[in-house]
Amino acid sequence: MHPLVDAENGTISREIFVNPDIYAEEQERIFARSWLFVGHESLIAKPGDYITSRMGEESVVVTRGRQGGVHVLLNSCMHRGMKVCRYDQGNTRLFTCPYHGWSYGIDGKLVERPGQLVGVPGFEQHYHGELDRTAWGLRHVGRIALYKGTIWANWDADAPDFLDWLGGMRAFLDFALDHRDGSEGSSEAIGGIQKWRLNTNWKIVAENFIGDLYHDISHRSVDLVGIGPSGGKGRRDAQRPRMQIGFPGLGHGGLGETPHNSEPDYAPAWALYPEVEAYYRELHEKRVRNLGDRPRVTMSVGTIFPNMSFHGRQPRTILMAHPCGPTQTEMWRIYLVDADAPEAVKDAARHYYLRYSGPAGMTEQDDMENWTYATEASKGVIARRLHYNYQMGLGHARPVPGLPGAVQNGPMAEENQRIFYNRWAQFMTQAGWDGLMPTTARALEDAD
Amino acid sequence: MPTDPTLAALLLEHEIRQFYFVEADLLDERRFAEWLDLLTDDVRYFAPIARNIRRGEEASELTREGFDAAWFDEGKVTLRQRVEQLATGIHWAEEPQSRTSHLVTNIRVLEALPEVAAAVEVRVRSRFLVYRNRLADETDILVGKRSDTLVRVDAGWKLARREIQLDQSVLLAKNLTLFF
Repeated sequence: MHPLVDAENGTISREIFVNPDIYAEEQERIFARSWLFVGHESLIAKPGDYITSRMGEESVVVTRGRQGGVHVLLNSCMHRGMKVCRYDQGNTRLFTCPYHGWSYGIDGKLVERPGQLVGVPGFEQHYHGELDRTAWGLRHVGRIALYKGTIWANWDADAPDFLDWLGGMRAFLDFALDHRDGSEGSSEAIGGIQKWRLNTNWKIVAENFIGDLYHDISHRSVDLVGIGPSGGKGRRDAQRPRMQIGFPGLGHGGLGETPHNSEPDYAPAWALYPEVEAYYRELHEKRVRNLGDRPRVTMSVGTIFPNMSFHGRQPRTILMAHPCGPTQTEMWRIYLVDADAPEAVKDAARHYYLRYSGPAGMTEQDDMENWTYATEASKGVIARRLHYNYQMGLGHARPVPGLPGAVQNGPMAEENQRIFYNRWAQFMTQAGWDGLMPTTARALEDAD
Repeated sequence: MPTDPTLAALLLEHEIRQFYFVEADLLDERRFAEWLDLLTDDVRYFAPIARNIRRGEEASELTREGFDAAWFDEGKVTLRQRVEQLATGIHWAEEPQSRTSHLVTNIRVLEALPEVAAAVEVRVRSRFLVYRNRLADETDILVGKRSDTLVRVDAGWKLARREIQLDQSVLLAKNLTLFF
């Protein structure tokens, strides 16, 4: 399918992690038409609030319009390209370009459509009133999807619906975004986004988070020290057995439990913090009542193709691996808590997240060392002739009862990585959407 | 104790300066367990994230201690865990160990309590430049400001609070395995 990806035999050329031409092609073929996570609604709570975010290499502004809608706009003046916003966050009605002063409104009272050009210095005198201002508004993304507080955008107006894109992975994303008591959504982002640069290819990050229990060994130092919220050894509380569960044809996957219809007994989750522990114990009772015998899953880590990864339990985070060159990635991490949790609960979670994840995270630091020097050692002409090995569990995938479109391959396998690179190869070789999306129940309904 | 206020201020500043220089040596000589002894048991160690914000909105320039995400927001328990992790010899991000030099400068004693001549608590502002070189060509230069509270304990000083303002919004280093 793609000369460099042999997912069937579990080998992938190192070229795709270091080659500038392939990287450039990815920008067009993947990032210009994939659903990309661009932020969380709680970061733009009030009308006029905005954050700057990224889609692939491009800077975008994510705004909350005065009428409440969310807009995602290319952060580049239509006149000569200057960034119209160089702040990370703020509140405004207008973005005014510093270069020649073109200004764009995001307030529906100023403009019919947010992003529209409202001010052009010299419009009457020098443009003779002839510039078509309606045609030169900021470039909007093709599609936006809001899902339980998360904001997603796609440059391609013809892209499939976000929920079709997500497919069965939705259940695992729900686990991260839903309240711990089982009620829908209601998580929020803690203020402040950690952003940092890493000399590795963005796919190395995505494929790690899609489910790689095999690399547990690299975290032995933090496990020896023990940073979990219940004390003792290990970096988190003991978890029930997890499986590698992936979605062939969609490219997503994670580590989690297959769907089950009853809630296992409560296991202490934050024993070092009695107040927090009591809170979670109470939530567990609520969860048992709220979910009844409805199917549910749990998960610890996952990746939504191409580059959004998330933790669902301990910790609970969203990670964007923004491409920044063939061997450089800009990592962005947002930390999630239940919006209505008591301060003590949020505080304990925050402290735990910060010692686990991010550049000062005692777990993530060792991942980043591995990713960085794997990349460096894959650049040479000899190294590039070799392939990485993804053969673990080859041929042992089986369907997941109760989860259409999913396969599982036991706790340790490289099935999800093969699924991810298969998807990558599809995008890199197929220009149109035909054949890129599996036929889903939703699509069939639409066709009727 | 000297009665000349200028002399008293100089002596106090000298003591604080020596504290910082000893601290920098401990960190750069990788004597992290001894460095921990320079911290009070209830030390607060906080490094906010800096944002690019509009002039006039400086209140939101740094993430808030106790509420928001940060680079560090912790006490001695976590700092000790970091030191223990370094000592395992299998914390790959620092194995082999990086080379660092902490340069501490612009040291100003902003406040001394109850008074300069008999200070038991001081607020101190300083700048740091931390150079790190790792393996062959991985080099980071991290520069910023520190706002400390030091308290006199027995014969010496201990660090009770440190706020570290890194002069970067996107951290241009792959990790923060080092102490500031």
